[in-house]
Amino acid sequence: MGKSLTASTGRKAGADKIFKLGATVAGTFVLAVIVLMVFQLAFESYPIWEKEGFGFVTGTDWNTIEGRESFGALPYVLGTLATAAMAMAIGVPLSIGIAMFVSDAPAKIGGPLGFLVELLAAVPSVIYGLWGLYVFKEYFRDFVEKPLHAAFGDSIFLFSGTPFGLDIFTASIILAIMIIPTVSSVAREIMKAVPQQQKEAAYMLGATRWEMFKLAVFPYAKTGLIGASVLGLGRAVGETMAVTMLIGNATGASAIPSSLFKPSQTMPSIIANEFVEASPAGFHLPALIGVALILLGIAICINIVAHVLVIRMLKVKEGAINN
Amino acid sequence: MTSLAKRQEYRNLFKQNVERRLLVDKAVRLVVIACVITAIVPLGSILVEVFRNGAAAISIEFLTQVPGPVGSGEGGIGPAIQGTLIIIGMASLIGCPIGVMSGIFLAEFGDNRLARTVRFFNDVFMEFPSIVLGIFAFLVIVLVLGHFSVWAGAFALALIMFPIVARTTEESLKMVPVTYREAGMALGLKQWVVTVRVVISAAKSGLVTGVLLAVARIGGETAPLIMTILGSSVFFRSFDAPMDALPLRIWSLSLLPYDSAQLQGWGAALVLIMIILAINLGVRYFVLKKKNTSILGGLISQRTGEDR
Repeated sequence: MGKSLTASTGRKAGADKIFKLGATVAGTFVLAVIVLMVFQLAFESYPIWEKEGFGFVTGTDWNTIEGRESFGALPYVLGTLATAAMAMAIGVPLSIGIAMFVSDAPAKIGGPLGFLVELLAAVPSVIYGLWGLYVFKEYFRDFVEKPLHAAFGDSIFLFSGTPFGLDIFTASIILAIMIIPTVSSVAREIMKAVPQQQKEAAYMLGATRWEMFKLAVFPYAKTGLIGASVLGLGRAVGETMAVTMLIGNATGASAIPSSLFKPSQTMPSIIANEFVEASPAGFHLPALIGVALILLGIAICINIVAHVLVIRMLKVKEGAINN
Repeated sequence: MTSLAKRQEYRNLFKQNVERRLLVDKAVRLVVIACVITAIVPLGSILVEVFRNGAAAISIEFLTQVPGPVGSGEGGIGPAIQGTLIIIGMASLIGCPIGVMSGIFLAEFGDNRLARTVRFFNDVFMEFPSIVLGIFAFLVIVLVLGHFSVWAGAFALALIMFPIVARTTEESLKMVPVTYREAGMALGLKQWVVTVRVVISAAKSGLVTGVLLAVARIGGETAPLIMTILGSSVFFRSFDAPMDALPLRIWSLSLLPYDSAQLQGWGAALVLIMIILAINLGVRYFVLKKKNTSILGGLISQRTGEDR
C-alpha cells in the first residue's frame, strides 16, 4: 500500500513536471522568437552593412540597378519619424480628450462610446488605405491642402509644393486616426486608475470638472499618459498598408520630407512596395532587410519605454488600492 | 460704509472668478465632446462608404468566381475569401496552442523573474511591426523552402496571434478564484488536471473571447502576407503554393487604375469588414450576455465592485 502511494505520487510529480515544462517552453517561445528574429535580420542584411557600412543609415541614394547599386535608408527613417510625429501631434490630444470623456461619463454613455472608438482599431489597415485613397484624399486635398497652399505656400516651407493628396500630410492624418483607439483606451485605463478619493478631494475643494482633471488626474497620471502616447508612437512607426497606399511612394533623396505636400516613403512602406520584386542575389533584398532591422530596433526601443512607463503607473495604482 | 463697499467688491470678484472658472469648464467640456465626435466621424464615414460602394459590387458571381482578366471588371474574389478563411484557420491552429500554454505559464507559474520577463516581452512583442514578422517568416520559411507558401503566411500570422491569446488567457485564468484550485487539489487531483479541467473550463468564455479578438486582428493583416503567401488568382492548390487573401486582393486592386477595380476593391472591403465586425460585435454580445451567468463575468463585476 505504501509502495503504491509513493508510486502514484511519483507519477503525479512526473506528469505535473511535464506540464510545467510544456508551459514554460511555450512561455519562453516569445523570448526565443525575439532573439532569433534580431539575429536573422542582422545576418541576412549583413551584405548591405558590409557594402555601405554606417553610410546605410545616413545615405540618401536608392539605386537598385545592378552594377550601380547604392542604398541609403535615411529618407525612409526621416519619413517614418515625420509622419509618426505629426500623427502624434494630432492624435494624442484627441485621444486624451476622448479618454477624459469616456472615463468621466456615466457608464451608460461612456461604455458604448469607448466601444465605438475601439472599433476604429478593428478596421483593417488596408481598408483605411482604401478609404483614404478614394474618399478622404479627395476632400482633404480640395478643402484643406489647397487653401493652405494658397495661403502659406510661398512663405512657409511646410506648405510649399503642389498638393496632390498623396503626400506626408494625408498619410499622417490617417495615421493619427489609426492611433486614436490605442492611445485613448490605454489613457482611459490610466485615468480610471487614479484613486477615487483623490478626485473626490478635488471636488470637495470646489473644483470644477476641468479643475478636478487638472489638479487630481493629470499630475497623478502623467507617467502613464506619456506611456500611452509612446505606445501610439510605436503603432504609428510600424503601420504599413494605409501609409503605403497614401504617402505617394517616392524613393531616394526625393523621399526626404521637406514639405507636407511632398510624396515621401516610410520604412514599412518601402519594404511593402519593393520586397517581392527584390532579388535575393543582389544587394536589394539585404538593403530592405536592413531597413527592417532599423525599423525593428526603433520599434523595440519605443515599446520598451512605453511599457516601462505604463507598468510603473499601474504599479502605483495597485499600491494605492492596497493602502 | 467702506466695509460694505469692500464686501460688495469682494462679492463681485468672487462672482467673476466663479463665472470664469465655469466658463473654462464649459469650454473644456465642448472641446472634449468635439474630440469624441472627431474620432467617430471617420469611423462612420468608413463604414458608410464601404457599405454603400461595396454593396454595388456584391453578387453571387463576385463572391464565388476567380478574378477575371486585369481591368475587365469581370470575375470575383472567391479565392481571396477562401484564402482568408484558410489562413485564419491555419494560423489559429499554430498560434492558439502556444498562446494558451504561454498564458497558463504566466497565470499558474507566473510568480518569478522568468515569467515577469516573458510577460514584459510578450507585451512588447505584441506591438512589433507586423511587416517585420512577415520578413522573419520569409527568411525562415520561404527562403529555406525556396518558394512562397501558405505555411509561411500562417506562421507569420500565428506570431501576431499568440501573444494576444497568451495575454487574454492569463487575464481570464487569473480571475478564477484560488478556492477553485484549492478544491481541486483537495480532491487529490494533479495540478495539470486542475488547470485543464477546472480552471480552464471556468475561464472558457475569456479564452474564447481572446481567440476571437486575435482572429479579428489577423483577418485584416496585409503586410506580413505580401512576402509570404504572395497572392494568386486561382483557388487553393496546396499548402506549399501561393494563395490569395482578402486584404492582399484589396491592396492589389487599389494599385490598378480602372474604375472596375475600384468597385471590386470596395466589394472585397465590404466582405472583409463584415467578417471582422461580426466577430467584434459577436464577442461584445457574448461577453455582455454572459456577464451575469459566467464565472468570468461575475468576477468582473465583483472585481469592479471591490475597486470602488
